[in-house]
Amino acid sequence: MTKISFRDVTHRFEAFTALDHVSLDIADGEFVTVVGPSGCGKSTLLNLAAGLLEPGAGTVEVDGRQVAGPGPERGVIFQQYALFPWMSTRKNVEFGLKIAGVPKRERRAKAEHYLDLVGLADFADALPKTLSGGMKQRCAIARAYAVDPSVLLMDEPFGALDALTRVQLQDGLLDTWTRERRTVMFITHDVDEAVYLAGRVIVMAARPGRVHRVIDVDLPYPRTEEIRLSAEFDELRRQVWRAVYHQPPAPTPEGTPR
Amino acid sequence: MAAPTTKAPAAVPDTAKAKARKEKVRAASLTAASGVLGFAVWVGLSKSGIDGFPGPVPVAERAWELMREGTLFSDLFASLRRVLLGFVLGVALAVPVGFAMGWYPVVRGLFDPWLQFFRMIPPLAIIPLAVVLMGIDETPKVFVIFLASFLSSVVSTYQGVISVDKTLINAARVLGAGDRTLFTDVVVPASTPFILVGMRIGLGASWATVVAAELIAAQGGLGYRMQQAQLYYELPTIFVSLIVIGLVGLAMDRLLLLAERRLTGWQERR
Repeated sequence: MTKISFRDVTHRFEAFTALDHVSLDIADGEFVTVVGPSGCGKSTLLNLAAGLLEPGAGTVEVDGRQVAGPGPERGVIFQQYALFPWMSTRKNVEFGLKIAGVPKRERRAKAEHYLDLVGLADFADALPKTLSGGMKQRCAIARAYAVDPSVLLMDEPFGALDALTRVQLQDGLLDTWTRERRTVMFITHDVDEAVYLAGRVIVMAARPGRVHRVIDVDLPYPRTEEIRLSAEFDELRRQVWRAVYHQPPAPTPEGTPR
Repeated sequence: MAAPTTKAPAAVPDTAKAKARKEKVRAASLTAASGVLGFAVWVGLSKSGIDGFPGPVPVAERAWELMREGTLFSDLFASLRRVLLGFVLGVALAVPVGFAMGWYPVVRGLFDPWLQFFRMIPPLAIIPLAVVLMGIDETPKVFVIFLASFLSSVVSTYQGVISVDKTLINAARVLGAGDRTLFTDVVVPASTPFILVGMRIGLGASWATVVAAELIAAQGGLGYRMQQAQLYYELPTIFVSLIVIGLVGLAMDRLLLLAERRLTGWQERR
């Protein structure tokens, strides 16, 4: 069953074509990563699914309904964490629940549950400024989980973190995903990360932004260190690497962006 | 058994504390030295033979007299009343106008040119007009102070609203926030630091304006007292007034700074 569907989507920012006739289907419960050079429109694609942008042409559907603005059934996780700095960790996680009108006690219990899940139970009353980057992103993930979205849209969420923290958060994310099977669309510029997480890697090309190749990752879940260090993984990584870094020039001439 | 293990880590915060204390002592002694130095300059100036320039002793004597008579307090009260009234009214109007300007581009487009225009006119330059239109009682003075605090607060409020991090707005929207929640739960807290900075500037401007306004037209207040003292060549009185004006301004600024620290302690850099 198709969960997210991009149909012939074109989107321009002034003279710059971020997306040029892009079509892409993401199945229910699928974990898809999107990689590509900067300017390939991967974040634009995500923002369209989130409803933070409207497509210039074409349609974007989630659950068979055209996307009209953002909504809590599509959780978004930003690279810059986007925690509300004046709220404690707990209040941040409760924010979406408060909007949904969940009563106070239930809100608290849910926030506690998700803070516990991401290992922040001891930091429930801490302000974001006192947290490390990895902790901030874990809090943002807990905040997204709390409203129980059926789709998770992640825009280079681990891009600003150190390699060690990144691996920890990747495993944490996969762990939750294997249990709850939400549809995940994950943007990254890290080829390793793209292959390790995904069932399918979408490689995009720039100028104009378009889908360049789709590479299926036939590796079993749960993904372990063994898989990460296996020959099959290496081969897939090579394929994706070549697709990202050795792209043919654009089929149609296009002015230099920006 | 526990004694040796607890002693070692305790040593670290101790040295940190000692360092902080040392730092504090250094700052305090510098402040004291600065005070002594300033005082010495004052004494030096008074001894240098500038005609009528009073030293600290006659000024202190005059201050004591003015306090005993009660004039100092009634003047201070008159000035403070004008400032607080004008300031509160100015901020009370500036905050909603600033929010409206930040939130609705139409409102911004309509107000901004006039705001920029009036910002260029020193509030004091309005006094002659205000006196003619509103008479010589309290109204024109309060109005001028109102204008001074309104203009500085409104600009910073709307700057605060338009500089709210777009990602925070998006984060709230994807969690289901409508326009109203966005405003009350994101825009208002995010722009609080800007508003408080505007209030500090506004209070400073108000205080400076009231004294000048009283110099032109008043029947009481610190500025009025100085103006009278000028007529009778009473330099110690002028000094007393100046010192009180400086001290009260400083105290008000510190108070707002304290409020700012309290309300915006969540900010990343300080």
